[in-house]
Amino acid sequence: MPLDTETGDFVVFDRVQKSYDGEILVVKDLNLSIGKGEFLTMLGPSGSGKTTCLMMLAGFETATHGEILLDGNPINNIPPHKRGIGMVFQNYALFPHMTVAENLAFPLEVRKMGKSDREAKVKRALDMVQMGDFGGRRPAQLSGGQQQRVALARALVFEPELVLMDEPLGALDKQLREHMQFEITNLAHDLGITTVYVTHDQTEALTMSDRVAVFDDGRIQQLAPPDILYEEPENSFVAQFIGENNTLGGVVETIENGVCTVKLDSGDIIDAKPVNVSKPGERTLVSIRPERVEFNKDRLQAGAHTLQAEVLEFIYMGDIFRTRLRVAGRDDFVVKTRNAPDQVRLKPGETIEIGWLPEDCRALDA
Amino acid sequence: MSDGPVLAADGTPLKRSLARALRREKMRAFLLVAPLLIFIMVTFVAPIADMLFRSVENNIVRDTIPRTVQALRSWDSNSDELPPEAAFSAFYTDLVFAEERKLHTRLGSRLNYEKTGMSSLFRKSGRRVGRFDTDEYSKAFTGLDAAWEDPATWNRLFATGNTAMPETSDTYATWRAVILENEDDPLAEEPWDVLFNALYRDLSNGNAFDDPLLSAAKAGLGSIEPVSIREQLVDVDEDWEDPEVWKTIQTYAASYTPGYFLNSADLQLTGEGVSARPENERIYIKLFQRTLFMSLVITFSCILLGYPVAWLLANLPARTANVLLILVLLPFWTSLLVRTSAWKVLLQQQGVINDILVWSGLIDDAGRLVMINNQTGTIIAMTHILLPFMILPLYSVMKTIPPSYLRAAKSLGATNWTAFWRVYFPNSVPGIGAGSILVFILAIGYYITPELVGGTQGVFISNRIAFHISSSLNWGLAAALGTILLAAVLILYWAYDKMVGIDNVKLGG
Ligand SMILES: Nc1ncnc2c1ncn2[C@@H]1O[C@H](COP(=O)(O)OP(=O)(O)OP(=O)(O)O)[C@@H](O)[C@H]1O
Ligand SMILES: [Mg+2]
Repeated sequence: MPLDTETGDFVVFDRVQKSYDGEILVVKDLNLSIGKGEFLTMLGPSGSGKTTCLMMLAGFETATHGEILLDGNPINNIPPHKRGIGMVFQNYALFPHMTVAENLAFPLEVRKMGKSDREAKVKRALDMVQMGDFGGRRPAQLSGGQQQRVALARALVFEPELVLMDEPLGALDKQLREHMQFEITNLAHDLGITTVYVTHDQTEALTMSDRVAVFDDGRIQQLAPPDILYEEPENSFVAQFIGENNTLGGVVETIENGVCTVKLDSGDIIDAKPVNVSKPGERTLVSIRPERVEFNKDRLQAGAHTLQAEVLEFIYMGDIFRTRLRVAGRDDFVVKTRNAPDQVRLKPGETIEIGWLPEDCRALDA
Repeated sequence: MSDGPVLAADGTPLKRSLARALRREKMRAFLLVAPLLIFIMVTFVAPIADMLFRSVENNIVRDTIPRTVQALRSWDSNSDELPPEAAFSAFYTDLVFAEERKLHTRLGSRLNYEKTGMSSLFRKSGRRVGRFDTDEYSKAFTGLDAAWEDPATWNRLFATGNTAMPETSDTYATWRAVILENEDDPLAEEPWDVLFNALYRDLSNGNAFDDPLLSAAKAGLGSIEPVSIREQLVDVDEDWEDPEVWKTIQTYAASYTPGYFLNSADLQLTGEGVSARPENERIYIKLFQRTLFMSLVITFSCILLGYPVAWLLANLPARTANVLLILVLLPFWTSLLVRTSAWKVLLQQQGVINDILVWSGLIDDAGRLVMINNQTGTIIAMTHILLPFMILPLYSVMKTIPPSYLRAAKSLGATNWTAFWRVYFPNSVPGIGAGSILVFILAIGYYITPELVGGTQGVFISNRIAFHISSSLNWGLAAALGTILLAAVLILYWAYDKMVGIDNVKLGG
């Protein structure tokens, strides 16, 4: 449920740059604004600067250039402990010498809250993450998932308006991770907290977020809600990073009426939607999602270009079939089809003709 | 499934073949540690056991003057009377042989630890014991019968023991042994006065002697003027008339004595029991207190100075940290003596620091600070020397504290100080514990540095131990002091374990 993110600029990165060593820019010209109550995920490969951005926001690193605004106020000169930002660390950073309840009471104690208020809040926060019975335990006596929940409760117990989470689910197994993804999103939305979430797991990013910022090389490559990100990647990095993708290299032949023709390296001509190309003669990578490839000619537009394909492999995966084809000289072209009663099961060695709607094939930067 | 024991492939019961396999493993493990084990037994455990033993062992009195010890056994030391003549006579006999064997001065030194003056008393008496009037007996008996002059007579009468003449037989046996020790012939050596003294005493005590020579001597006894050994001894030194001297001998006659330990606690064992030593001899309690106090001060200064350095080391980039670590370790690589001497150069009144202070006008020339040859000097030099032992465990513990703890605390709203004090510090306590134990235990037994820079006010108990080992040769006392030191360390270690828990001590990892 994407919120109307235009309503407020709760957190703003304004042309922020960051360098650790004075030689390499780890974050290059970051512009990002996050609305109040939004769940924004920073997604990107390792070393792309996600944690650095989070640390600048939390106040543990200073931006070398640019400004960060929180609720309209620049925070570059506010020390971390006055920012009132809740944070969940990658390794949870629960204090090992305190019990779970003491860990949760810590932020309230430093805020000089009275004992009875404190206890009530700690109890409520623990109940919220279903850890009410564990208040007396030490973090070392908890499982990974329980520690994660305590870390979450601790970040929320002092009711911050903004919570930062740095790969909080990285250490958990798949099942627990999926469960926690669900819990975190629900909590965030129920409490109306603005959340900045860092991960390099794209499924996590897609399922949890209102918007996803794809990072690479210190820049945001694309910032969009999950569906847009998946269906309309703006460049080939995003296209390849999110989900599975078939890419073919070629040169633009013509562009007209929002449709272009591309001459592939193998000499075949295909139709595509021009996204990152502007004039004929430009080199491009076209990308097609495996589930958007069509080999039933009846469903294609009249006059659409088609390609010859040889079936190399057919994999039965239960809910879907995955077929690997040799297309335009490449043998890593994948097609996914739904397992339906009328669905054809292709056999290796067969030769077929494939095609797609022009808007499903995006001509991106090379 | 059969009910019998599980069998291994070769048919032997599995349990036994497992035990055999394990035994071989254990054997191998034992052989691997054996060299070290032997080394430790020989160089560490054995000396400590020897030290514990020496701190209570006291055979010297009984071995050197056995007859006196025996004779004093029935003497009531509280009667304010001197021991009976028999005891004096026994002592005379013992002293003659001890003097011949050159053992009496050693005994004198031993007893001197308990009562001053004993050493010179024994030396003086030893010098004079050959000139006692007991030669009157010799003359008298030889006058009665010239056969007494002949060593063969003595050999015939007493060599195989004579139940009617116990004292003489006993004395003769020792005499014979002494003569043989000197590689002389007992049948050629003229009998000593000490033998005639014993003869006189035996004859005057008993009757019905089987040998005519003895009967004749007994009959002639009336004409012989008795010689009082007591008077002879008092003639040498009036102290022999002091019951305290005899009490001391009696008190320390036992093979094992708590005396060294009492001495270490500024107490002494007298005939009346345990009492405090005279004011001017009380030094050990003060020294123990000083050692403990100064070791604590040194430990605390090491914590104060070492903690920030360790923190810096743990939080710097690895490269810089390694360089700094080398600087921390540098003192390890210079000779202890060189370092200590360097402190002398720096701290003495005409030394570098004072010169700089005077030059900068902070103090005037007359007011130069005394920073060496006192407690200050010891504390400064030892803090420097022991600092690495604090920094290293602290550093390795701090290395394991993730920086995210501090960040988490700050993100939760804690100021820098609160985050440090409530989160970082508690996690570094195991390092402080390990460092403190190391530093404290090393400090409490330190010897060279206090010796060199401590003067008289800055020395430790270990310096006193060294003094007793190498100068006063009172090894028993040194052993007792060492044992107390060892016990103190063990007790403190135990207390630490009770209060902090030894599991809370981490050297890293
Ligand atoms: N304290 C630091 N000093 C110097 N360089 C750093 C520091 N922290 C991070 N970097 C560098 O900055 C770049 C971005 O690091 P960052 O931790 O932000 O990546 P990330 O996107 O969070 O990666 P990951 O997904 O692996 O956590 C990396 O190349 C990293 O080597
Ligand atoms: Mg990261």
